Amino acid sequence: MQEASLMANKYEEDFDNLSSISPEWSSDLRNKAMDTFREIGFPVQRKGNEKWKYTNARPIADVEYSPAQFEKIDSDYIKSIAPWHESWINLLFVNGYYQETFSGNLSTNIKISNMASSDLDANLSRTVGGIMDYSDDGFAALNTAFMSDGAIITVPEGENSEIVINLIFFNQGLSDTVNHPRVLVTSGANSTVSVIENYVGGGGDRTFTNSVSEIYVGENATVNHYRLMNETDDTYDVGYGRVRIDTDGTFNSRSFFRGCGIGRYDLNVSVEGENASCDLQGLYFTNDAQHMDNFINIDHVRPNCQSNLFYKGILAGRSRAVFGGTVLVRKEAQKTDSVQSDKNLILSPHAEVDSKPALFIYADDVKCAHGATAGNIDADTVFYMRSRGIDLEVASRLIIYGFAGEIIDKVEIPELRSYLAESFLSSLPTHRFEF
Amino acid sequence: MSNFEKLIEIKNLHVSVAETGILKGIDLSIGKGEVHAIMGPNGSGKSTLANVIAGRPGYSVTSGDIVYKGSSILEVAPEIRARAGIFLAFQYPVELPGVRTWQFLKSAIDAIRNENGQEELKIRDFDKLLEEKRQLVEMDPDLVRRSVNEGFSGGEKKRNEILQLALLDPSLALLDETDSGLDIDALRIVSHGVNIFKSPEKSILIVTHYQRILDYITPDYVHVLVDGKIVRSGDSSLAMELEEKGYDWVKDGAGEEVNP
Repeated sequence: MQEASLMANKYEEDFDNLSSISPEWSSDLRNKAMDTFREIGFPVQRKGNEKWKYTNARPIADVEYSPAQFEKIDSDYIKSIAPWHESWINLLFVNGYYQETFSGNLSTNIKISNMASSDLDANLSRTVGGIMDYSDDGFAALNTAFMSDGAIITVPEGENSEIVINLIFFNQGLSDTVNHPRVLVTSGANSTVSVIENYVGGGGDRTFTNSVSEIYVGENATVNHYRLMNETDDTYDVGYGRVRIDTDGTFNSRSFFRGCGIGRYDLNVSVEGENASCDLQGLYFTNDAQHMDNFINIDHVRPNCQSNLFYKGILAGRSRAVFGGTVLVRKEAQKTDSVQSDKNLILSPHAEVDSKPALFIYADDVKCAHGATAGNIDADTVFYMRSRGIDLEVASRLIIYGFAGEIIDKVEIPELRSYLAESFLSSLPTHRFEF
Repeated sequence: MSNFEKLIEIKNLHVSVAETGILKGIDLSIGKGEVHAIMGPNGSGKSTLANVIAGRPGYSVTSGDIVYKGSSILEVAPEIRARAGIFLAFQYPVELPGVRTWQFLKSAIDAIRNENGQEELKIRDFDKLLEEKRQLVEMDPDLVRRSVNEGFSGGEKKRNEILQLALLDPSLALLDETDSGLDIDALRIVSHGVNIFKSPEKSILIVTHYQRILDYITPDYVHVLVDGKIVRSGDSSLAMELEEKGYDWVKDGAGEEVNP
């Protein structure tokens, strides 16, 4: 693949430079990933490229980025642009590099490390890269090859913690830079933990955030995972979430996306243990020329498991959203109970959503359902509200906020819920239905 | 308010939907404190009349006028009509997923108060008012916390309409087939709500196919609408007579016309 080699060339020099400073434990992992990237490059092919059918990766791939460097940022500024709370453990990463932990309640048994730390436990470092299979994914391979810092969270067996770990990845927005955030969460048996991942920042210049998160849900453990993407229109953001759930484990995911230049979240949940369950809910809104692609796969491997996939989108301007949700029920995964749906509220005749829920069932005793809707608000709804004295502006706001509220209300951390209801929701496009 | 004799005067009203004539010259006046019932077979245009008064889009008034509190309202937006005291209880109340009943009702009441130069209602005062009206229609307190009408039964939706009537306290209540789909208990509760609303200051127009609801809410006048025209008017005994003899009796043009 000649084209792939050409693209990879841009990264060779940066890779060599990074190799001289990156931690010893990561060199094998990084070298292998770089080999893969050299071979496959970015998924820019348009024909027969099912994974990137509705999102053209070419604009992201064609830029000659330089690696973003660490720069210290005033944490008070970060507190004004991302959710945080003094009762949470808040970790700040700038351009992919760890800066500090602020306002944290640090009295916890949960082990939280940054990858670049010199005293990183060798046992921890060995688990990095255990879930992310990048063999067919140039972006994930590149993240792994350029992995230089990130968060490693290890929850001990039986640790039932109310603690919220808030990871803030701030992209400073320096022109044509790329940053590669990395997260690993490992939860021990019978433990509970809540983790928020924030991807914020960007600026008026073109930047690229390319992240990978690996999450292992232990036996009878619960991981509550929140993901917030809130970057500028000049940012490209490609993120991967790779999740494995062991027997009786529960993975709850709530994701919120404000559209950016090109945004993509590829979430893959492998329900590997019996009686395990996952509940994935998300809300995206796009405006102007933004593009947001949610590519979600749930793989039911073992029997008696449940999955719920429920996403909603609000589209305005000339924006475009993609929802690809696929549930695979393997032959052994009897008694699987799976529901998936994607609902879209389209505020502009120029906005468009491609929503493709899909089910592949190879077991014969399962309960599965899927559906997708896209539409405007019908005239009856608006008239009903107006007939009560409510004007078009207020009616539109109640309808749009109500639509979004269905997902926001599912956030169980009260401070995060208020943040989403206020700060995040207020960046919704103002819109007035006309009838 | 200005000096008008009738609360609402409908004059020679012709209404079409997609070029098809539905109302073909309606004359109807409702004074303060009066209860009128419009009865008619399916497709006679009786729901159209209620909806046109409330300002539902999709209907075109081809001639005639609707004068409310002394001025024509044909060009007035539905929310302005609502704030001026016109209330339509829907035949099919709309579900508003994600829009909380509390928030919806608070927005409505504040919009009406703003229009009348009043301050927005304090949350505590609103809660008290809402609770009082909720008890009036015997609605499950849980429903008030839910999204508007979402997952409500037919009867619960109709009670919610009457709850809104009680809360918004309009001058003119248009009840569009409020009795349809109600069991006898729900009909009793809904009628009780309307009778509490009824006063010398309030006017009511009941649109119904059946005489049943009129056993609970006694009309001062009954009008029979057939094919877009009022073919007969009378007092409440006309409803009884219709129940007995059926709509064919008036369709055939029998009996004499009485104007209130």
